[in-house]
Amino acid sequence: MRIIRSTCAFAVSLGVLCMLLPTPSRSASNAPIKVALLAATSGSAAAAGHDMVAGWTLYWSEHGNAVAGHPIVTTVYDTNSNAGHALDQARRAVEQDGAQMIVGPYLANEGLAVAPYGIEHRIPMFFPTVSADDLSQRQANSFIIKVAGWTSSQTTHVAGEWAYEQGYRRVMTLANSYVFGYENAGGFAQTFTRRGGKIVNQIWAPLGTTDYTPYISQVQAANPDALFVEMVGADAVHFLQQWSQLGLKNKIPLIANETTTDQSNIRTLDPALVEGITSFGHFAEGRDAPATRSFIEKYGKAEGVLPSYMATSFYTAAQWIGQALETVHGDVSDPGMLLRAVRDIKLSDSPFGPMVLDQYGAPIDNVYIRRVVATTGEAAKYAKTWNVVIKTYPHVSQFWTWKPSDYLKQPVYSPTFQGYTK
Amino acid sequence: MQFYIQNALGGLAYGSLLFLIASGLTLIFGLMRIINLAQTSFYLLGAYIGLSLVTHGWNFWLASLAGGIVTMALGLAVYSAFLHRYHADPLTSLLLTLGLTLILDDGILALWGGDPHSISPPAIFAGSLTFGTLVFPVYWLVVIGISFAIAAILFLTLQRTMLGVMIRAAVDDEEMTRGLGVDVNRAFYIVFAAGALIAGLGGLLGGPITSAYPGLDGELTPLAFAVVIVGGMGSLGGALAGSLIIGLVNAFGKALFPELSYFTIFVPVALIMAFRPQGLFGRKL
Repeated sequence: MRIIRSTCAFAVSLGVLCMLLPTPSRSASNAPIKVALLAATSGSAAAAGHDMVAGWTLYWSEHGNAVAGHPIVTTVYDTNSNAGHALDQARRAVEQDGAQMIVGPYLANEGLAVAPYGIEHRIPMFFPTVSADDLSQRQANSFIIKVAGWTSSQTTHVAGEWAYEQGYRRVMTLANSYVFGYENAGGFAQTFTRRGGKIVNQIWAPLGTTDYTPYISQVQAANPDALFVEMVGADAVHFLQQWSQLGLKNKIPLIANETTTDQSNIRTLDPALVEGITSFGHFAEGRDAPATRSFIEKYGKAEGVLPSYMATSFYTAAQWIGQALETVHGDVSDPGMLLRAVRDIKLSDSPFGPMVLDQYGAPIDNVYIRRVVATTGEAAKYAKTWNVVIKTYPHVSQFWTWKPSDYLKQPVYSPTFQGYTK
Repeated sequence: MQFYIQNALGGLAYGSLLFLIASGLTLIFGLMRIINLAQTSFYLLGAYIGLSLVTHGWNFWLASLAGGIVTMALGLAVYSAFLHRYHADPLTSLLLTLGLTLILDDGILALWGGDPHSISPPAIFAGSLTFGTLVFPVYWLVVIGISFAIAAILFLTLQRTMLGVMIRAAVDDEEMTRGLGVDVNRAFYIVFAAGALIAGLGGLLGGPITSAYPGLDGELTPLAFAVVIVGGMGSLGGALAGSLIIGLVNAFGKALFPELSYFTIFVPVALIMAFRPQGLFGRKL
């Protein structure tokens, strides 16, 4: 009985105490802004996850981890490189930890898994690396913004045009058999064939292939004018190594997508294997411009290596979101207001170059023809080779030269739709 | 023609690497009924250790030997601390080695980071041989040669030495062998150590072909098991034949039916399971 009475007394006094305390207001001048950073810190994409976190934290540590007087509290949630796990983590971040926005994840399938959840719960989602075409096309939504991001086929549309102008007429494609590979190859195939080029054959290799020599021997047998190639992570390393070992590097020209020669891959490869390779990307760590130079030097000092495009995307996303938070004075209570502020930001220069968003939430920015060469100057301290700019295509939209309404009538790129009739 | 020769050589090189992993797997299972899932993690750990030593100026061959010795020591430690209790208990030992795999994977990720690391062959073997339009990396021939040499050493040990006699006897009938006064436990330690040594050694040797990155072990494990199933549990000759078959099927399957590449590897496995469950060289079940 005594126990019950004292428990009641305790409960009542607790209740009174609670009533006496002022209710915390979301617009309090120093309320923290809670950001959920979904990144794979384990699993197959762990290296990318590390870079994403490094880019994001570099920006915020430079800016005192605060914006307009509000501290930025970033929590990193490990997605384990797995779509199901990414969704669980998004749920945990929003429902248990009260995250007010989601930045990341990395992989297209993780992004596709998280997107419906965020839309349903009205959580702004910023995808700096998830490039799946449809997230800013047929499934575009005001809650999804590819901040400092890209669209898979955006860079390869340019590559198709360029390849034709180089005089290549018979080209083969080799890409990984998943969304990113289909979209990269599709963008290339559509613009290349539209100009009059011919796609000889398209090979889809499973992601995670160690031995590319059987695929390479098929390319060798077909002897095309050039090979368009899309590879990610360890697959890129294997492919580039075996391409060179089989003596094809100086025989059949490569037209590589952005990720194949990303700094995170070429930094581990012998310069002889990669020097001279041409690729297409929205980022070039060797771009000779103040915004890029100063970023790679800061990143080099902090991490001891040159940044990958993943690290750069998250650094620039932090800068972008930071500016938007500045314009709303750190008030994130209304997601619509924050999303509008993010859409209105125009970066006149960033490590990527100038960037603005189109009405579908995808960036319009530079696409670079890049070449792998030996590093010079300050950068030589951090890497042996890097991607320098050969030519800049300014202000490239995800729709290239098509009218958005026309482009959206065609299906998204897949093994059965590559933008041309076979 | 060139297409076939190219793929045949590539398949042989890849298959001979698989042999370095599968030989330990099959012997350990044949002798102790332990399914050592960590065999491919030993390979990966050996590759990373070797790579670190090479970047510190070590000789390539010494570095791969050192990688093998480290994994051997690790294998022995795990065996004597935990695994020796679970002979003939495949489920417990499977879980134990699965746990070891997870620990090794996360340890590797923490120590070496997640970037893929390419490994260059020693400079004298870095070139390619060219016959007309056929190009073949010299180092692949070296890998094939080394694997066959290791296979020969293993065969001679099993067939011609007292230790080999003891191991073969214990594989056939452990109880009877013990009854005859043979120290079977000593053979267990030696086989487990040899399995870990060869896999760890293979890590850097195979590095120029597979490179080193987190998750490589998980990709090799199904292939190594396919080899063991095709060749027959506990049979070294089976492991050699199985490695070459899987290596060649892998190469030609990918080249001829690129969209079915995972499927083609498991076609021989399915055929063996259906018509000869004990494997090509395994004892009748």
